Formats: sequence, C-alpha cells, structure tokens
Amino acid sequence: MINLTINGKEYSVEAPAGMPLLWVIREQCELTGTKFGCGIAQCGACTVHVDGKPIRSCITPATSVEGKNITTIEGIAPDENTLHIVQQAWIEEQTPQCGYCQSGQIMSAVALLNENPAPSDEEIEQAMSGNICRCGMYGRIKSAIKRASAALQASTSNPQLQ
Amino acid sequence: MKKWTRRAFIGTGILASGALVIGVAIRPGNRSSKVAGLIAEEGETVMNIWLKISPDNTVTVIIPHAEMGQGVHTTLAMMLADELDADWSKVKFMEAPADKEYANYVVAKGFIAGNKTFPKFLEETIDGVFLTAVKTMNFQITGGSASVRFTGQQGMRIAGAAAKAMLLQAAADTWKVPVEELKAEKSTISHTASNQTATYAELAPAAAKVKAPKQPKLKSRDEFTLMGTSPARLDIPAKVTGQAKFGMDVIVPNMKYASIKAAPVFGAKVKSVDTSIPSDSEGVLKVLNLENAVAVIAEGYWQAKSTLDRLAIKFESTENDGKSQEDIFNGYRLAMDKALEEESLSEHYQSGDAHSALSRAETVVEAEYQLPFLAHATMEPMNCTAWVHNGKCEIWCGSQNPLGVKAAVAELLDISLDQVTVHNQLLGGGFGRRSETDVIIQAVAIAKEVDFPVKLIWSREEDTQHDVYREATISRMKAGLDQSGNPVAYSHQFLFKHHPPEAADLPYAVPNQLIQFTSPSSFVPWGNWRSVDHSVHGFLTESFIDELAFAAKKDPLAFRKSLTQDKPRFQKVLDLIQEKSDWDSPLPANWGRGIAIAQSFGSIVAEVAEVEVNVEGKVKVHRVVCVADPGFAIHPDGFSAQMESGIIYGLAAAMTGEISIENGAVTQSNFHDYQVTRMNEAPKIETYIINSGNPPGGAGEPSTPVIAPAVTNAIFNATGVRIRRLPISKTDLRVSIRQTT
Ligand code: FES
Ligand code: FES
Repeated sequence: MINLTINGKEYSVEAPAGMPLLWVIREQCELTGTKFGCGIAQCGACTVHVDGKPIRSCITPATSVEGKNITTIEGIAPDENTLHIVQQAWIEEQTPQCGYCQSGQIMSAVALLNENPAPSDEEIEQAMSGNICRCGMYGRIKSAIKRASAALQASTSNPQLQ
Repeated sequence: MKKWTRRAFIGTGILASGALVIGVAIRPGNRSSKVAGLIAEEGETVMNIWLKISPDNTVTVIIPHAEMGQGVHTTLAMMLADELDADWSKVKFMEAPADKEYANYVVAKGFIAGNKTFPKFLEETIDGVFLTAVKTMNFQITGGSASVRFTGQQGMRIAGAAAKAMLLQAAADTWKVPVEELKAEKSTISHTASNQTATYAELAPAAAKVKAPKQPKLKSRDEFTLMGTSPARLDIPAKVTGQAKFGMDVIVPNMKYASIKAAPVFGAKVKSVDTSIPSDSEGVLKVLNLENAVAVIAEGYWQAKSTLDRLAIKFESTENDGKSQEDIFNGYRLAMDKALEEESLSEHYQSGDAHSALSRAETVVEAEYQLPFLAHATMEPMNCTAWVHNGKCEIWCGSQNPLGVKAAVAELLDISLDQVTVHNQLLGGGFGRRSETDVIIQAVAIAKEVDFPVKLIWSREEDTQHDVYREATISRMKAGLDQSGNPVAYSHQFLFKHHPPEAADLPYAVPNQLIQFTSPSSFVPWGNWRSVDHSVHGFLTESFIDELAFAAKKDPLAFRKSLTQDKPRFQKVLDLIQEKSDWDSPLPANWGRGIAIAQSFGSIVAEVAEVEVNVEGKVKVHRVVCVADPGFAIHPDGFSAQMESGIIYGLAAAMTGEISIENGAVTQSNFHDYQVTRMNEAPKIETYIINSGNPPGGAGEPSTPVIAPAVTNAIFNATGVRIRRLPISKTDLRVSIRQTT
C-alpha cells in the first residue's frame, strides 16, 4: 500500500514495487489528464509537479514520492470555476491542436513561470524542449507562455488582481 | 433499383414522434428513425443528420468526422450554423455515431470525382454511382483533407440552408405572412410588420411538417457572417484542463489492461512462448499467444508491460530476416533497371516525345533521389479498448475511420454490423495512422479471450516498430534545357503510386514529358502518411526544379514563375511570397533561402525557408514564410494553425526522420532515435492566406509536402550542397561550410 498526496487529496493505492507514478495517477487515481507518450523521459507528456518541481512521472517510481505534494493538470487551477493564468493564455492563443501533449506542456510552462516569471525566448526554449508536440504548436506554446508571463506581471504589479 | 433524386440527398422524413429529419437519406430507403434514436434525447427535435434543435434553442451540429486537432468540429459547425443563421453562442457539436447513415457519401464523391463539378443532367447518375461506392467502402473517414471540401461544402451548408428554409416556411404558415418578409437571425425568426418573433426551437415542430426544399439557396460569400471569421475553437477548453478524453483515457467498469509485442520482423509468427502466468509477476491475468504477437493481460498496463518484457519469446524465421535497408534500396534500383530494360514501366503521364527532346537538349540535368521510410509517431501511442460479450462487441478508440473499425470487428468476430458499437474518442494525432484497423483487430483478438473489457496500449517502441510506413523510395529524374535555359524535356521514373493520382504531375509548363512508375514488392507495410504521395513528390519535383533553375542560371523563384504563367493562382502565391519572405534581400554568410510550391488537396501552398548552416555543419531553420491559397479559408486562424502544424511535421521528417530496416526489423524504437522537431529547433512561422474565390481546399495536409524541399533548397543556397537523400541529418555539411568560407 502506498500513500500519495495528489492535488491536495490523499490516495492509498496498491501498487507493485517499481511502478511508475504515471500509471498510478492514470489507472489507480483515474486522473487521466496526465498522458503517456514514450515511457522513457523523452516527450514530457507525463509531466507533473512534485513539490512544485516538474518531473517525468513515467520514470519516477510511485514509492519515491510518498509524502510529497504531487500536482497534476487537474490540480493547477485555483478553483473549479477559474482557470490558471497559463491555461487561460493557452485558450487565448488557441494553442492546442489534438491536445494530447498539452497537459505536459502546461505543467512545464507553469513550473517555468513559477521559477522565472519573465523568461526570455531562449529560456522558454530551454525549459520547454523536453516537451514534444507532434502537432507542431511550438510557436503558439511560446506565445502563450509570453502572454501568461505578461498577465502574471500585471497581476503582481496590481495587487487588486491578486 | 430505386431512383436516386436530389431530394433524396437532402432527404426528409417524419418520425413516429412527429420529429423532423432532414438529409438523412444519403441513400435510398428511409432509415431515419434509427438514426434519430441514436442521437435524439427527450424533447429534442432531430432536424437532420447534421443538426438537431433542443427546447432551449441550442443547435447541436452532428459531425461525421473525427477531431484529431484540425479543428474540424468547429469549422464544420460554422458552415452549417452560418447557412442556418444560428446563434453561434448557442451552437454545440457532437460527433456522429459510427453508423452507415453517416457514411461519407460526400467524401466519397469528392475522392472519386476529384471535386469536379458535373453537368446537372449527369448528377443523378453520378450520385447513384457514388452511392454504391460509399456502401462498398464503408466511408466515414477523416482524411485527404476532405472534411471542409466535401462534407462542409456539400453536406453541412446544404443541411443548414434546408433547415432554415423549412423554419422560415413554418413561420410564414403559422403567422400567415409571406415568407419573403421574414428575417432569420441568431436562431430567431421575426416579422417586423406584425411584430412577431419565434425561436427556432418554437418553430421546429411545425417545420417538421414542411416539405424540404429541393435545392436550398446557399449564401454568397458577401452574406457570410461566420465563415471567414475565427471564433474560438469549441474543443480547446477541455484540452487545457486535462478533461479532454482520448482513446487512451477511456475508463470502462471492470476494465483490465493489455500490453503487446508483435514479431519484430513483419509477417513472422511466434515460434514458442510459455503462456503460463509467471510466478514472480503481480496482477497478471493471462498470457496470450496471438500467433504473430504475444500479449499479457493484467490489472494495470505497467504490470502487463513489465511481465511481457521478461517473457522468453521465440519467433519463426522468415525470408526477410536478413534484410537490411541497403538491400531494400538495392532491390528498388534493380527493379527500376529491370522495368526500364523490359519497358514495363507504367505510364503516369506523357506528352510530346521526351526521349528525342532530351537528346537534342543543350544541357541535360539528371539526378537520383532517395527517401527513407517514415513512421507517424502520433503523440498518443496506439490503443484500443474492446469488450466482447453476449455476441456483441463494444470498441472505444480514436479512429479516423470508425465505420471501417466497425466493419473490421464484425468480420473478425463473424457477427453482424449491428452487434458492433464504436465509441469514437478524441485522437491524439492521426496523420493517417488512425485510419488503420490493425490495433483494433488486436484488441478484439485479446478481448475475445476474456469476459471483461480490455484496454490494449502499445508502448512507444511498439508504435515505432509496427507502424504502417510512408514508403522508402528512389526516383530518377532527367530534364533538358535549351540554349536560353528553358526546359524542353522532362522525364521522371518513380516507385509506387498510391494516391492522390495527380501527386506526380509536374505543375510546370514543360513540353515533352514522360512520367512513369513501377511498384516493386516490399515487405514493410505501407500506410497513409500526412499528405500521402504528395509528401514524396513535393520533395522530388521541387528539388529537381530547383536544380534546373540553377543549371539555367535563373533565380529559383523567377524560374518557377516563368513556368507557371498559365496558372494565375500560382502566380499570385509566388508574388506574395516573394514580398513576404524578403526574397530579394541579402542574407549573412552561410545563410540561405529556398522556395518550394505545390498544389495538393485543392490548396496551393508555397514556403520559403531561411536556414543557417554553422561551421559544425548543423542546420538551423530560422524562419519559414508560408503563403497559401485554399480558395477560401473558412476559419483563418484554424487554417494557419494547420499550416504551422504541417510544416513542423514535415520538417521533423526532413531533418531527422528515418525508419531503417536491419535484420528485417525496424531499428528505431522511441523518440531518442526517431527524433522529431522540438521547440528549440522549430522555426518562426508566418502564414499568409489568399482567398482566391476557388472552391475551398484542404488545410491539414497541404503545407507538409513543400517544407522538405524549401529547406534543402535553402541549404543549397547557403552551401552549394544539393541534398538528394533524406533525412538531411545524413549529409555531412561541415566540408561545404569550410569551402564556402
Ligand atoms: S511519457 Fe514520460 S516523458 Fe514521455
Ligand atoms: S497538440 Fe497534438 S501533440 Fe501537441
């Protein structure tokens, strides 16, 4: 039995030793927003946050993150009726095509902006190059990150928006 | 045979409930009530197979195509809603159930007739022919960039206009006023003189009794209110919250998971495997020998996969076991030599006398090109959930061809079509891969061995090594120029001809052409790969024309212009790209520009790539300017997104895309060795659209064929090295840079 905290909720699940976090999240916890793309940390589709840091859940044993705060795409919005600034920017830029990679892209982008609220183009490329988008929406992903970054600046410089 | 009439195409019927159905009869015989049962809920009026109106005045558009990221649901809904004058804020969509009533009659018509318009008196006959074709092919596919061109133009718009005409008539009858005095706007009909208004929902029951118009009047372009604008796509919000459900995400009660390993060499059989459940495995329920593959069913994918990886499986040997990529290419060359010698090449196109014109030419340019196999590598690995129970089968998958899925499953299980239900899901990328049914067949073969639903998930390794591939090919091209550098002869021998049939055509005005092909056997399975034959011929034709421009000492863009003077659309596209790409401005040392243009799926697309080749020989594509004439872009932003997508997809293939065969099997296995373009390698893309007024062309594919040649032509411009073998990464460009600097 392992105990995980995902999006602030406790889950106790039966999982064989070595089972990657990805499959626990998807199959046991039924949080299917986190995707399987490659299984070998090459594509970023499975990105989630552990204590705020982006990790590839496909190669992370579930047992290694017991007691830590795990956040998935389902858990980044401030509440049910409000989207995260990054999700909002994604809609405004009409970023997704098929959408399959986008949970991972958004998780990487949120982690980047938490670290660095005003990244340069190079910094965005650096942080996002581990996330493949086979629909080729890199231009829109980049624009959406910049849009989110601008929105973030505006909200931090204007306390009323916070 | 029952007479096929135009009215039957729009088709009306009144159901037992009194509800109206329009457009359902895409074949003779009214099967409307069955369709209505599939989609209508309490209190809803099924207006036709493409729309229904709910009591709250919401219009739901029913779309017979899969959403794989191309925004087709939004675009098709817009086409119908515009003709209907529906309130866009209250328009929803649902994907059509996989049922024969949705067989894509109009898609088939477009495919077979090449989107030609036929004389009126022939239409009935042609409709009859297509009808048969549709029935045979079980068409409900999403591909060939056909959704907007055929379903949209010939289905959605007509359905919307027909429904509007009926609603207007119902209002006129109810209020006893002339129909001409009525105004339809935002899902409401009003009569100013008598100050009456009614919503579509209120009028729907009366409209059900109105005779459907034979040929409803469609709007002219200046009357469009939605088409040509870019409303936010309807499918996007669920894709940023993780709520969007792909085939991979399906959860069925009591479902288990399966992992599979097919014989590495195509066509090989399992020789031996121990199908008892390994004692050290956890949660494993079954090990299955499927003859050409081994599958493990377990409580979870991980348990299934890790157990499968530990099984000792032996495969039978086949005649292909020793085959390498070089063997394949050598075999192709031999086949071409032999066909030439025996004069057994098939003719694709001929005009004048290419042989004698070549022998008289001042300059002869000759080149052999080689392209590798390519995998699709959709972001979502292949998967399918199947449940076989009580003589029935239920399928959950994301398919470009749900009716094909249905037919394949019925055949495999030897049950009737009615016993198969396909729940189509969102597709995490299609690109042609998800028009196949191989994975579905496997899932059913597994599921029929157990009495619970099973989700079969392919590993990325399986996905890479058991795809259906864009073919590897070689091509031989030859052309003659006269003294002033004008091409006077063109000969091209290529391998394999799939579709569309016109892909190998030369768009340039060259007299004396001979285009031929032969199709050697290949043991590597072939499949539709984004833009299909255009992805091959775009590279061939546009590389070779660039070679001719160089031999003729002409500017590549001007050369293309001079040879397309009979094609006004090409001229306009070339003019605009010359301007937008700053074609005539200088570039730094080791930078180059390359152009390519092609017409495919009804759209003309030109691209100019700007590349830099550094001292290490590394190619960086900085910028791609894309000019497209799709006739009319229904959703311009969605169209641009498709151009961007097709460019990156084609770029990945051009730069590093290669599937190679060693010992009869695919050597690549995952994204580390089948590399695709990432953000740091992606160029800045600018798209410009020309609405020329021609019938709408495709969006999902036409930007792919030209990116590879635009880049290799740019590399030639930068370094003087002509890349005739893809992928580009195979060519060592270091030397060229040392020479030029
Ligand atoms: S699935 Fe984890 S990085 Fe690809
Ligand atoms: S949106 Fe399809 S893979 Fe990124």
